[in-house]
Amino acid sequence: MFAALANPHRFMGFSRWAAPLLGVVALLLIAPALWLGFAAPPDYQQGTTVRIMFIHVPAAQSAMFVYACLGGASFFSLVFRHALADAAARAAAPLGAAFTLLALVTGSLWGRPMWGAWWVWDARLTSVLVLFLLFLGYMALRSAIDDEARAARAAAILALVGLINLPIIYFSVDWWNSLHQGESIFRPGGPAIATVFLIPLGLMSLGYLAAFGSLWLARTRAEIWRRRAQVAAVQAAGR
Amino acid sequence: MSLHDKYAAFVWPAYGVTALVFAWMVIDTLLRAGRWRRQAERLEEDSRP
Repeated sequence: MFAALANPHRFMGFSRWAAPLLGVVALLLIAPALWLGFAAPPDYQQGTTVRIMFIHVPAAQSAMFVYACLGGASFFSLVFRHALADAAARAAAPLGAAFTLLALVTGSLWGRPMWGAWWVWDARLTSVLVLFLLFLGYMALRSAIDDEARAARAAAILALVGLINLPIIYFSVDWWNSLHQGESIFRPGGPAIATVFLIPLGLMSLGYLAAFGSLWLARTRAEIWRRRAQVAAVQAAGR
Repeated sequence: MSLHDKYAAFVWPAYGVTALVFAWMVIDTLLRAGRWRRQAERLEEDSRP
């Protein structure tokens, strides 16, 4: 599938219907997740702030997933010099920054009533802040270098180096003492969350991923058109 | 589940910020895609011999 889609022409044909389809799938997942989330009872300890979990956890999961996609696309761009992989990497970065910002802001709004603080320099929070800075750094680096090929190489190296932050984020709650709660979904012995919370959380997580898929395809298409416009402008100027 | 309890001041802004960021992602993506598509098609038309 990757080999087939590596052809920009085929990718444009595929993404033309896949992007809106994934958008519809995202709506079909997020709408019931919102409904079930608002209908869920208050948590016995956290009260109604548990509702923030339904948007905070999917944002954090998506932010890490987007960075993994950015890293994967950067690898293909750097090693195989594939233009489509570079376009995909460039398209993913703003979406990743947005999801990470959401994870930080909603986490802060959840932390204030539960921990008594908007922010603590805790390993989980700090490593997610580093993730946000990596996304911003990636975009800033691409904008700072005029030569697009050099900018792509430099940004790809930054993205690959930044991959080390993903296991740090994931295991931070195990490696260091943390205010942030530990893994409560994918853990031995099953999830530690009641089903009434787990279902909307699962639907919302899948909905966020479908939304990212839709937006990523659409932004990669936009990036391909931008490059085609650049080539056409150069050709027009040379005539 | 109450919509206006003592935590409402934290829950609603969290959902509000999420809605705003999603709206930005969708609108920016659609505007960007539309703009570059139109520009590419116009320039490709101009550059044809």
